[in-house]
Amino acid sequence: MNLEFSAEELAFRDEVRAFIEANYPQHLKGKGLREDLSKADFLAWHKILGKKGWSAPAWPKEYGGTGWTATQRYIWLEENARAETIPPLPFGVSMVGPVIYTFGTPEQKQRFLPGILSGEVWWAQGYSEPGAGSDLASLKTRAVREGDHYIVNGQKTWTTLGQHADWGFFLVRTDPAAKAQEGISFLLIDMTSPGVSVRPIKLLDGGYEVNDVFLDNVKVPVDQRIYEENKGWTCAKFLLAHERAGIAGVARSKRNVEKLKSIAKSEIGDDGRPLIEDDIFRRKLAELEIDLSALEMTELRVLAREQAGKGPGPESSLLKIKGTEIQQRLTELTLEAVGNYAQPYLRDLPGGNEFPVGPDYARAAAPIYFNWRKASIYGGSNEIQRNIIAKMVLGL
Amino acid sequence: MNFDYTDEQNMLRDSIAKWAAGQYDFDKRRAALASEDGWKANWATFAELGLLAAPLPEAYGGLGGGAIDVSVVAEEFGKALVVEPYVPTVVIAAGALAHAGNEAQRQEHLNAIAAGERVVAFAQAEPKSRWSLNDVSTSARKDGAGYVLNGQKAVALGAPQADHLLVTARTAGGQRDAKGVSLFLVPKAAKGVSTRDYPTMDGSRGAEIYLESVSVGAEHLIGAVDNALPLIERLVDEAKAAYCHEAVGAMRMMCSLTQEYAKTRKQFGRAIAEFQVLQHRMVDMFMAAEESYSMALRATIKLGESDAERAKAVSAAKVSIGKAARFVGQAAVQTHGGMGVTDEMRVGHYFKRVTMLDSTFGNVDFHLKRYMALSETKAA
Repeated sequence: MNLEFSAEELAFRDEVRAFIEANYPQHLKGKGLREDLSKADFLAWHKILGKKGWSAPAWPKEYGGTGWTATQRYIWLEENARAETIPPLPFGVSMVGPVIYTFGTPEQKQRFLPGILSGEVWWAQGYSEPGAGSDLASLKTRAVREGDHYIVNGQKTWTTLGQHADWGFFLVRTDPAAKAQEGISFLLIDMTSPGVSVRPIKLLDGGYEVNDVFLDNVKVPVDQRIYEENKGWTCAKFLLAHERAGIAGVARSKRNVEKLKSIAKSEIGDDGRPLIEDDIFRRKLAELEIDLSALEMTELRVLAREQAGKGPGPESSLLKIKGTEIQQRLTELTLEAVGNYAQPYLRDLPGGNEFPVGPDYARAAAPIYFNWRKASIYGGSNEIQRNIIAKMVLGL
Repeated sequence: MNFDYTDEQNMLRDSIAKWAAGQYDFDKRRAALASEDGWKANWATFAELGLLAAPLPEAYGGLGGGAIDVSVVAEEFGKALVVEPYVPTVVIAAGALAHAGNEAQRQEHLNAIAAGERVVAFAQAEPKSRWSLNDVSTSARKDGAGYVLNGQKAVALGAPQADHLLVTARTAGGQRDAKGVSLFLVPKAAKGVSTRDYPTMDGSRGAEIYLESVSVGAEHLIGAVDNALPLIERLVDEAKAAYCHEAVGAMRMMCSLTQEYAKTRKQFGRAIAEFQVLQHRMVDMFMAAEESYSMALRATIKLGESDAERAKAVSAAKVSIGKAARFVGQAAVQTHGGMGVTDEMRVGHYFKRVTMLDSTFGNVDFHLKRYMALSETKAA
């Protein structure tokens, strides 16, 4: 056993680093994910990677994956985090894509996978409903079969970035008489269909990134159903396990630790010396780094299992819980580090650039802290993840 | 020992609760915060209800109350999410005048504060000072009988609404020296004062303040020249005690909102309040809020003791309440699920408020260190 990269892996790292350096759009450099990004900003890197054939490294090669080893994929994520790229959004590449190539018909694969890989089509998720959050299987959105169409009625919520979506993947109830999990189907819906409307939800950090989606007599061709009717829960569970695996965000957290350190070097602590030399702050920073090492090593073990042909299982819940806890801890320490300048709310404030208020790194500290409380709620709340581990891993 | 409130204090509490229920509900508050002058009608009501006069001396238009009266107001303000600049004006500025102002200064300003005609912001923090009260770069140079002020002040809460600024400035010594700090009450309209106003994360307002050759007469100096730091420490401790009570009010609301939500929100065929993991979390929230009240009350009662005793009690309260408020806020949002992170639910606004209160006048770490410095921690 060892943790060293081989000579080939080091060469691969140099190759991807040089590719990112040469190809990442200049105007997006240093523009973090927390800025108010346009649709074009979100898709720019995805489209470049699509042309290169690198937009979906985790997919099987036959569907457009890169064929990289788990180690190479790890290096790829590390290098992207290092360069602070705006990565392809998960909804297409990490969520619906794997469902389509695993459960879809040859025609469906041919129709939908290319747009996901190229970044031409923006996907959104239609899972949660106002009454179906943690208890997702209680969803009520109804799809009634009429000839070669379904007529869909209902409301979805928490649809991230749905305001930009071209297509959505939805869980709908096709058999109200069956047991909760057994009457659900997985539908792909064109967001421009008549009857689809999207309403943004304002979050407590002042931003708009999630939406309600209303479906009012939306006509959906039956050939846009993935897998069998009433078997959608199989797709849903498969997708959630995939979503959790990527949710740990180790590479990004490592990068954010470095950013926090650089903030702590600029900030003056309570005794007049740099904050990074403050004993209490240093201790917290060290503890966070150690927790992150534990998560990273655990994720590597999961990746190695995957490489050996075992897909993500219930242990991906561990990565979700620990990964989001660490992300949230990072936002707490950043908030603490910036001191008084956590308070100004500068979004939309005119003249922000001409007359800066406080250091640049401080302005997003509080909004990110508040916004990131979502991480222990989305993708199956951390309470639900613990239930999954208790039941599926520990057999309790 | 007696922890009972007087009849007058209970009436004060009831009058604020009644006003808030009618005039400061979620939508009215939001509308007031969104408009430039929305705070003015609320401020006039505070004057009518006697909230501004409550702790001020009777000789200057006050009601002669004290820190307990302030704590009652602050707790109710915490419950109602009131973000108008009460503490900077009534606790800090009026406190400075009552503790150290001369007769003419008290006559001029205290009556006006009690009547709601004067709003004062505390221009103390500087861009690099963090929370150290002794760290003052803004200078006040002696010029004839008066002074000339130069420097920048950071995140002065309430400054956009204020007509006067209570400014800490250095009249002698180096940037972090305890000696050489003085206190000035400066009209915001004075020549050379400019501000950059902004909203704050919790719906309040603040400003960066630029002082460029601002000339003030000697009558603007409050208290002893060069020796204002002990007074500033005391004023800021009094302000922190009030903010601690405000956090307690906010925490209690987060507890009850979360309990209500958990009792009505159904998942897996039953109210989520029936899940033991959530019950235990809500119990922990309740305990955190109760202990926070204990610590806030302890700090308020000890405000009149020696400087060291007062400082220790206030820092102890800031530490325990800072930790409790973070836990209660995060747990309240988590228990509300996705709804908890939306702007439309009240709970998130309390969470934002208590988070900003923690970073006002020193967070948990700052006060932990201050407490340790004030404690005997040497082996021999």
